[in-house]
Amino acid sequence: MFEKTLASIFCAIIRILTGARAVWRGTQPETRAQIYYANHRSHGDFILIWAILPPALRAVTRPVAGADYWLAGWLRRYLIERVFRGVLIDRHVKRGDDPIGAMLGPLEAGESLIVFPEGTRNQGDGILPFKPGIHHLAEKRPDTEFIPVWIENLGRAMPKGGILVVPLLCTVTIGTPVTLEPGERRADFLSRCQDALLVLEPSE
Amino acid sequence: MSTLEYSSSHTLLLVFAGITGCLFVASLVGLILRMCLTGGRTNSVIINLNARINAWWVMVLILALAFWAGNTAVIVLFAFISLQALREYISVTYTRRGDYRALLWCFFFFLPLQYWLIGIGWYGLFSILIPVYAFLLLPISSTLGADTTRFLERAAKVQWGLMICVYCLSHVPALLVLDIAGFTGRNLQLIVFLLLTVQSSDVFQYVWGKLLGSRKLAPEISPSKTLEGLIGGVLTSTAVGAALWWITPFTWWQAALIALTINVLGFFGGFVLSAIKRDRGIKDWGQMIEGHGGMLDRVDSVSFSAPIFFHIVRYWWT
Repeated sequence: MFEKTLASIFCAIIRILTGARAVWRGTQPETRAQIYYANHRSHGDFILIWAILPPALRAVTRPVAGADYWLAGWLRRYLIERVFRGVLIDRHVKRGDDPIGAMLGPLEAGESLIVFPEGTRNQGDGILPFKPGIHHLAEKRPDTEFIPVWIENLGRAMPKGGILVVPLLCTVTIGTPVTLEPGERRADFLSRCQDALLVLEPSE
Repeated sequence: MSTLEYSSSHTLLLVFAGITGCLFVASLVGLILRMCLTGGRTNSVIINLNARINAWWVMVLILALAFWAGNTAVIVLFAFISLQALREYISVTYTRRGDYRALLWCFFFFLPLQYWLIGIGWYGLFSILIPVYAFLLLPISSTLGADTTRFLERAAKVQWGLMICVYCLSHVPALLVLDIAGFTGRNLQLIVFLLLTVQSSDVFQYVWGKLLGSRKLAPEISPSKTLEGLIGGVLTSTAVGAALWWITPFTWWQAALIALTINVLGFFGGFVLSAIKRDRGIKDWGQMIEGHGGMLDRVDSVSFSAPIFFHIVRYWWT
């Protein structure tokens, strides 16, 4: 109960600070198990997506986050495990690790995931090439919808290495879902996912 | 009747009572239009009209509270208006990781400093802080980001935003600094004159445009601006300005001439910022004010007219 309140407070704060606005362009909010995949430029990214989701959806949506960052220090550990209910993945896969299995668990329990397939925070424009993880997930659960989410401005407001937040207005644009087609090759699926995300980027 | 027969607060009370009366009439008209014209159907123009009128109630209430609380509150209010306008502007402007520090300087140093200098009345510094010091220091800060991609464009856009959203807008509360013989303690009335004239020009342009507008002025820049709206709006609000001569140090014809000047400037302020919006592919700067769009949509005309109004008054009346 306390953690839920804390999570609501976090979401309210980030919505006020960033003026966050959700634009559901390609689909509508649904509570069945789905995978939101987004461009990654700031540690605040998943909190922002989380904050703009309708509360019913937020309760069943879990961010996938890097264990190395979030397990360093008791406060981060508490926040990611208890408040945000993150699914922690070690980004440097060792023998015996099963990151795909860790993500499949919540999906099979009917929960949605927030993933950042670039794998690390991008400091430039556009997106970095996707890691193959989402293709593994799609092969295991071919009926899952992969929903592209473009986060605009948060990377500028609180970039990698930045301490203060520039008070910019952030927009989260939700695009048209992508699903794995029968027999689709990994490279094709990943490039389709990247394209579905990039069309949401505001033109320059 | 001399202006000095009433105290300043009495004058402001009269003006705000007048504005409230106008808003009552506007709300009544909005209600009648909604009941009669729509006939069960939803009409987007009338829905938007009512949203705009409701937003005006809120804006007038906030302004009235600030005026009632005094000069400091007015300065703080405009600092927040600048902050929101600058947020909206930078949010749709291209910058890179290398501009992070420059943006922090804009929001957390130059913006508060500009308004603080106005608060202490240091004209010599607030009038050059952004055109000189920010102009030179911000690109220096950006070069330290060691990223030359589109460098001049990025530096120019940040400076431009700071000029429009902070420097120009800050000339509204800067009117409090002016020392006008025989007008001591009444400078808030200058702000009322400026805002009422320029904002009523926006309103009357909208009204005349909706009633009579047919000849589009420049559809590639703003699809809603018409020649009839422009002429009707500017003339009507020039009459409003002239009718407000008694709250200013001006005679009635001086008030009319000044009102005409700031209305024309205000019109082109909206025009220039519309051109930027079209270029960026957006319709409004934001969603903050229901029916109006963002803060910058509401204050674009003021940011163009405020510095000129300030210098007209400063040159001829102090």
